[in-house]
Amino acid sequence: MFANGQLQPEVIRRYHEVIESLGPEFLKAMLQDMHTIRAFEERAEQLYGLGKVHGTMHLSIGQEATAVGASNALQDGDYLLNHHRGHGHCLAWGSDVNRMMAEFVGKETGYCRGRGGSMHIADVDSNNLGANGIVAGGVPIAVGVGLSIKMRKTQQVCMVIFGDGAANEGAFHESLNMASIWKLPVIYLCENNQYAMSMPVQKAFTIENISTRATAYNIPGVTVDGNDPLAVYLAVQEAAERARRGDGPSLIESKTYRYKGHSKSDRQAYRTRDEVNEWMEQRDPIMRFSALLTTAGVVSEDEANGMRDQAIKIIDDAVAFSDASPAPDVSSLLEGVYA
Amino acid sequence: MREITYAEALREGLRQAMTADPSVFAIGEDIGVYGGAFGVTAGLLNEFGAERIIDTPISEAGIAGACVGAALTGMRPVGEIQFMDFVTLTMEQIVLQAAKVRFMFGGKASVPMVLRTPSGSGTGAAAQHSESLENWFVHVPGLKVVMPSSAYDAKGLLLAAIDDNNPVIFVEHKLLYKTKGHVPEEMYRVPLSQTNVVREGKHVTVVATSVMVSRAVQAAEELAKEGIELEVIDPRTLKPLDDAPIIESVKKTGRALVVHEAVEMGGFGGEIVARIAGSEAFDYLEAPVRRLAGLDIPIPYNRELEYHTVPQVENIVREARKLARGEY
Repeated sequence: MFANGQLQPEVIRRYHEVIESLGPEFLKAMLQDMHTIRAFEERAEQLYGLGKVHGTMHLSIGQEATAVGASNALQDGDYLLNHHRGHGHCLAWGSDVNRMMAEFVGKETGYCRGRGGSMHIADVDSNNLGANGIVAGGVPIAVGVGLSIKMRKTQQVCMVIFGDGAANEGAFHESLNMASIWKLPVIYLCENNQYAMSMPVQKAFTIENISTRATAYNIPGVTVDGNDPLAVYLAVQEAAERARRGDGPSLIESKTYRYKGHSKSDRQAYRTRDEVNEWMEQRDPIMRFSALLTTAGVVSEDEANGMRDQAIKIIDDAVAFSDASPAPDVSSLLEGVYA
Repeated sequence: MREITYAEALREGLRQAMTADPSVFAIGEDIGVYGGAFGVTAGLLNEFGAERIIDTPISEAGIAGACVGAALTGMRPVGEIQFMDFVTLTMEQIVLQAAKVRFMFGGKASVPMVLRTPSGSGTGAAAQHSESLENWFVHVPGLKVVMPSSAYDAKGLLLAAIDDNNPVIFVEHKLLYKTKGHVPEEMYRVPLSQTNVVREGKHVTVVATSVMVSRAVQAAEELAKEGIELEVIDPRTLKPLDDAPIIESVKKTGRALVVHEAVEMGGFGGEIVARIAGSEAFDYLEAPVRRLAGLDIPIPYNRELEYHTVPQVENIVREARKLARGEY
């Protein structure tokens, strides 16, 4: 895509059609969202360092393109299930960053009233059925959502986002098979960030692409550049159209990379600094998308540069909101266990 | 009065729920053409079609996950796990997902699902098809656990469980499927968390669950000939537990025996004993509170060994008699 740091003309030509069809406002919003996700994650790490949050967190810096490309390919009313590295998915879904930040720091105004925290942010009103702390935990749930859509005869689809690690859980296989035999409107989006905690995909799989597992379930499987939001967008859009036609599920593998450790306890002994730098310097999703949009004339250099500042302001406001929010009252501790 | 079997009562309840509410559906292994391993869903495929009586591959985690996802999005699934032993394969979805999502999401989601499963020994099915694992679920906040002991309760509790907006683990018993009882034809509910005094008596309170309820009643009939009156109490819903009738009963009798099929160590009986000991009934106790439960071994195959692994009528008679006579 890049040669000597310059975007190649054929790349621009390849994307010309999709850039035309999406239009500048849509594309600018995508880039802005990528900046906002990164700013959220950077602030999350900072707040952790300051002791404002406890527990752990799983940052998605470097993976912003997958979140933004995927969510933007779906429609209002569609469903999202995702997993523990889910801040970006939730923001890209359009959930309120203030309530996300409040949840992250455990406040009553958070999406889950401070009961869920970083790993369990859900925005049920927008059909964001929540992040899951169990690797592949949401994958079989997608079968039920798909069945429900089918029985209710709506045109919705369910997208479940999970990591490379989840593809080695038994639940993944049960789920893909069930969705396949019943032709359920489910999009399985495997965000392959190269490591399941410390286990590299090269050691956890003997296949080059996780998407080839789709063959075993007789469903489409594609691997896309997960650091290219338009590649992810196009793949998810195609899978969504297929699902809405009643043709069943798809498996999309989005190859990307996480810049930060798995969680807060990670010393990253399993990879080299050079490897991380190579991804950050050569394949950064924000850098690439920004270059594409400026080269294509969709955004000006000034606009692109201003998006980072805008993102930081959005996050400043979210932190102000969460700071001003009350903590949950201990008297409410027993609420919400039973309906 | 019409008498039908426990399995027929369950089927009638499911049929009525599915007829009344299009969001109710059933999903499980071999529940369609086969009619379920114990025949509970026999014939329902013809009535409701494959869209609502869903036969699945051998994928228990998938079945449980399908129930969770459907329940989260407006449906009322009734899943079947063919033998309770196989709940081991569903535990992640039930314990970490179904039970917890509501709380984790700040009370903003609900999971109105029922997971039916047959427990218990007595069929010669040996160690991997005979377990009684209800107390695993009792230990999980967010779940409800129901164990019907009669045909009447089976139908009424199933309808109440389907109405409930929480995940309900519905524990049936293999030996009860063919037992008959009075079951009204109309669509009635037996409310969850409503403990039932099955038989009144003044000497010993016997708290029993599932198949042990009828054994306790048989024991009571035998002991009545000796002038010993057992009060047999069936909690029906193990969680959330309505313990007031138990405590009231022990205040009256001063003696209590808890009987269940599951292994005694860590079993539900310990909870009942603790509720009694921690309540105002303590002051009325005239004897130690006793438990009678499964031995701490896997269920063996051999018929006689199997028989002696779990409480039988004669064991209940012996224990209750000793309690009544002050031999403890």
